[in-house]
Amino acid sequence: MDGPFLIALGLIASGDPALTDIIALSLKVTLTAVSIGCLIGLPLGAGLALAQFPCRGAIVVAFNALMGLPPVVAGLLVYLMLSRSGPLGDLALLFTPTAMVIAQAILILPIVISLTRSVVEDLWAEYREQLRSLGAGRLRAVPTLLWDGRVSLVTGILAGFGRASAEVGAVLIVGGNIAGHTRTMTTAITLETSRGSLGLAVALGIILLLITLSLNAAAWGLAQSARGRLG
Amino acid sequence: MKVDKVIAPAQSILPLQLRAVGYSVGKTRLLDGIDLTVRAGKRLVVMGPNGAGKSLLLRLCHGLIAPTSGSVSWQTQDPRPAAQAMVLQRPVVLRRSVRANLDYPLALAGYARAARDEMVQKTLARFGLIALAERPARLLSGGEQQRLALARAWALRPQVLFLDEPSAALDPSATRAIEDLIGQFSAEGITIVMTSHDLFQARRLAQDIAFLHRGRLIEHGPAAQFFDAPQTPQARDFLGGALIW
Ligand SMILES: Nc1ncnc2c1ncn2[C@@H]1O[C@H](COP(=O)(O)OP(=O)(O)O)[C@@H](O)[C@H]1O
Ligand SMILES: [Mg+2]
Repeated sequence: MDGPFLIALGLIASGDPALTDIIALSLKVTLTAVSIGCLIGLPLGAGLALAQFPCRGAIVVAFNALMGLPPVVAGLLVYLMLSRSGPLGDLALLFTPTAMVIAQAILILPIVISLTRSVVEDLWAEYREQLRSLGAGRLRAVPTLLWDGRVSLVTGILAGFGRASAEVGAVLIVGGNIAGHTRTMTTAITLETSRGSLGLAVALGIILLLITLSLNAAAWGLAQSARGRLG
Repeated sequence: MKVDKVIAPAQSILPLQLRAVGYSVGKTRLLDGIDLTVRAGKRLVVMGPNGAGKSLLLRLCHGLIAPTSGSVSWQTQDPRPAAQAMVLQRPVVLRRSVRANLDYPLALAGYARAARDEMVQKTLARFGLIALAERPARLLSGGEQQRLALARAWALRPQVLFLDEPSAALDPSATRAIEDLIGQFSAEGITIVMTSHDLFQARRLAQDIAFLHRGRLIEHGPAAQFFDAPQTPQARDFLGGALIW
């Protein structure tokens, strides 16, 4: 019998449909979750940076702490919300890709919010008087600061993408690892390894590593070229 | 050659009147009892030792900070008229191209795209920035960034320009270029209020002088009079180079 590495390379080289389906679903789920996380997190983080209200400090600390939220706990929370007896049980979302998107978005959101807040806060300290002088109030400053912080923001969001795509606990709990429906790279690796079918597990592991590697390469390349192009 | 005249303002926002203006942070009085009238068409240089309050005074006039006592009022009664601009002591250029930096305040002011493009193009040409238009502003040299900051303020068609140490960190040739521009602005009818700690620059540019010392305005009048016959011992020390702080 061939070793798992040979089988893995064979699967990758032949573009095995079971493999590509899993990769496609994983990427779709994580991309959607990251998009939702950015759509909510970017304005919220920027607002948190510029707004002044009581308990602002507590909220900042809370989001910083939530960055370390264990994925299984996030999964459990979403499970409780979506399970048949939960408050959102009627939507019948448990064990669907949508449930996995929700769980991952919850993991990514605090990362995007905290990152955005810190980037925008630093820029605001530098830009504040200048923007006011040029006629921009607080609200109008938000898109300006997000745009001028774009390099740091994109780099951080790529890191968030990496964390979400490598995560297994949350998607396993709320997705259920159903073949062809909610099976992602990480849940498949868990299952295939426990079954002793190492070929597919190794193939997925290699792909996952490649994704992480290319995300980091993209982040690095972006930062490098931005330094040259934007100053 | 036809001179490109500044659009005649509907109404002059000048004179600007400061009455008994004070500015405190906590218990510290940083500016105290300042009475000053900024008249249209002059070049006023605010002088004084380091920490005298020159930057604070300009930021108060421009409306970046509010006085803690007294009043700052424009002719139009507008709390912060649009027809005034400022170049900060350390201007911030945005992390975008030179062109986008010029476009930004015009977009904020509500000009339509086509009008903005035309104004930006005119400003680029006027300030010799056409070759730099697509370059990231942050990568320009200090002198070029300062020129961009001046261009950005000028593009807003101000009646009065506040310039805080406009050539403080620049080499002599860049300083010369900035001073030439200030002279041209003035010739176009823009009122100039600037600070400088450089006596020679003040002599070259000032029509009027306001002399600040420890947050108080202790002399104000025509430049020639200030330089030839300063009224206060502090101003005499300052002109003699003895008073730096
Ligand atoms: N926000 C502030 N809080 C406390 N002190 C300040 C503040 N802003 C300015 N100062 C002080 O006020 C004095 C005048 O400052 P500034 O106007 O910048 O002086 P300069 O004449 O050199 O431009 C300085 O001593 C400075 O340290
Ligand atoms: Mg100053």
